[in-house]
Amino acid sequence: MALIALQQVGKTYRRRGKGQPSIEVLKDINLTVRKQEFIALMGPSGSGKTTLLNLIGGLDFATSGTVNVNEIALNTYSGKALARWRADTIGFVFQFYNLLPVLTAEQNVALPLMLTKLGSRDRKQHAQNALDVVGLLDRAKHTPAKLSGGQQQRVAIARAIVADPEILVCDEPTGDLDRGTAEEILSLLQILNRDHNKTILMVTHDPKAAEYAQRVVYLDKGSLVSTAESTNENTDTT
Amino acid sequence: MFKQIFSITLMNILSIPSRWSTSSVIIVGIGGVVAVLVAIFSMAVGLNKVFENSVDENRTIMVRSGANDEMSSNLHIDDANLVASRTFFETVAPELYCVANVPKKATGYPANIVVRGVTDASFDLRPELRILEGNRFTLGKNELIVGRKAQQEFDGLEIGDRVTIREVTWTVVGYFEADGSAIESELWAGLTSVQSAFRFEGGISVVRARVQHGMDIKSIRTSLDDDPRLSLAIQTEADWYERQASTGTLVIRIFGWVITIIMSIGAIFAALNTMYSAIASRKYEIATLRAIGFGGFPVVVSVMVEALLLAVLGGLLGAGIAYVAFNGFTVSTLNTSSFSQIAFDFAVTPELIGLGLVVSLVLGLIGGLFPAIRSATLPVTNALRGE
Ligand SMILES: Nc1ncnc2c1ncn2[C@@H]1O[C@H](COP(=O)(O)OP(=O)(O)O)[C@@H](O)[C@H]1O
Ligand SMILES: [Mg+2]
Repeated sequence: MALIALQQVGKTYRRRGKGQPSIEVLKDINLTVRKQEFIALMGPSGSGKTTLLNLIGGLDFATSGTVNVNEIALNTYSGKALARWRADTIGFVFQFYNLLPVLTAEQNVALPLMLTKLGSRDRKQHAQNALDVVGLLDRAKHTPAKLSGGQQQRVAIARAIVADPEILVCDEPTGDLDRGTAEEILSLLQILNRDHNKTILMVTHDPKAAEYAQRVVYLDKGSLVSTAESTNENTDTT
Repeated sequence: MFKQIFSITLMNILSIPSRWSTSSVIIVGIGGVVAVLVAIFSMAVGLNKVFENSVDENRTIMVRSGANDEMSSNLHIDDANLVASRTFFETVAPELYCVANVPKKATGYPANIVVRGVTDASFDLRPELRILEGNRFTLGKNELIVGRKAQQEFDGLEIGDRVTIREVTWTVVGYFEADGSAIESELWAGLTSVQSAFRFEGGISVVRARVQHGMDIKSIRTSLDDDPRLSLAIQTEADWYERQASTGTLVIRIFGWVITIIMSIGAIFAALNTMYSAIASRKYEIATLRAIGFGGFPVVVSVMVEALLLAVLGGLLGAGIAYVAFNGFTVSTLNTSSFSQIAFDFAVTPELIGLGLVVSLVLGLIGGLFPAIRSATLPVTNALRGE
């Protein structure tokens, strides 16, 4: 069954100011993602990868076509309902981690739980579990500034999974990391996909990173150009 | 919802130290406004106090009909005697109000000072008057006593000093205080001595009197008006002083609000600037929270809370500065009718500090509102892109 289904999706930005042409960032995108798939999204800079991820993650609305997740069209949600839906369904991982510098790792991880009914003791327990999954339980009390880039991205991943969302949306999660650290993060994502049943959409520039995914989707100038099964040679290197 | 508001607000507040220089702009801006506001208004309150102090509801003042102040009121001692013959008065005190020149300590130049010619009745009428040092003048001698504030402001008014007023040499024999009221800025001497020095034999300015308890001032007024030998206007001292004070304090209050409004406009821009840069520096963090699923309303509330918190810090700072610098600080003002000096203290009261805090909250509210709304309505995707 399709978890995510995009049908003839288009996204056009209207430029501010008169006479400016509006720009068509995505055109006629058709894409189906099955449950527990790990998909890599590749393409040149400016090709619309982030925009596509934002539509699937419910951060933005398509200007045409439909984005269905679990057979519900996202454009039927109000902004408020969409925020609620994001909290339940999507975990976000960003290139620059986006941790809150004043909070400890554990507090950062616990943030999404503020949107749940959990009490503070449960929130702490869940946050520690998530930190354990990413192997950083011993850094729970550290602030982001005291952690390396790779460790910060692990904390960000723990934050993304703490509320147990079905889908992880990762925009260049290894874009700011060296090769070795990147491979650790990619392995972690693979474990989350395989052992924790997360469906993952990951934007990357790096063909080596894309090899961790099961399928690679290429975007060029706003259109899907091809989709290929990954060679998947790294699948068993964990 | 509260958890959301709480966690975002906590994050904002915890990050204030790392943004100390921009945050201090709002504190200093609002602190400045409140300091000036409280300082100016403490003048008005202080001046009012001079006139309000120890006003006894049974005390009245009678001036010549049509006179607005003691300086322009001319009566004769016979008027006082006629008043004294009325049964509704207990203590009747004729007083002669004159103005002399004495050098000020600060400048060395002569300035006007009130010389009040009185009898024992004036002391009976004012139980708040206390001799601090020395003693009362002896009637019939050219002796005088000096109000506490007059002694502070004017030169050569120490006990034992000789002062020449109207070619008569007077000896200072005592100091007095009177609950900080206006007479502390005066010189007091015997009525007949003042009459003769000022060539005013038989003349007085006003008659002060205490009415018998429970007597209605309106019926007294009617009775005095019916007497063809008298041309007096009677009113309670409370009403009299309120009229005397209102002109002076009104000017100060208007001045205070004008300055406050002008400075407030500056402070609002400072607050807006602070809060815009505060949210700009956290645009990324706010967008991240929104992406995670936090609502716009908690973001608005948290930005407002931060603005109000900084504003109140500014307000406390400003009020504190005004209190430390000005409370009890003595200044003189010209009594506009007699051009004599009235000394008074700045009075930074709890009410004024409350007013300062209210103003700081209003400024914080205005300064925080627009940035707060902006922060919540900024498209998340743009902010995540760093736009
Ligand atoms: N809010 C926006 N307004 C106008 N143009 C935008 C906006 N967001 C993105 N774009 C444009 O859309 C195109 C695709 O952007 P993006 O999805 O970020 O590409 P990628 O992630 O593949 O580098 C770019 O040309 C970008 O400038
Ligand atoms: Mg991108």
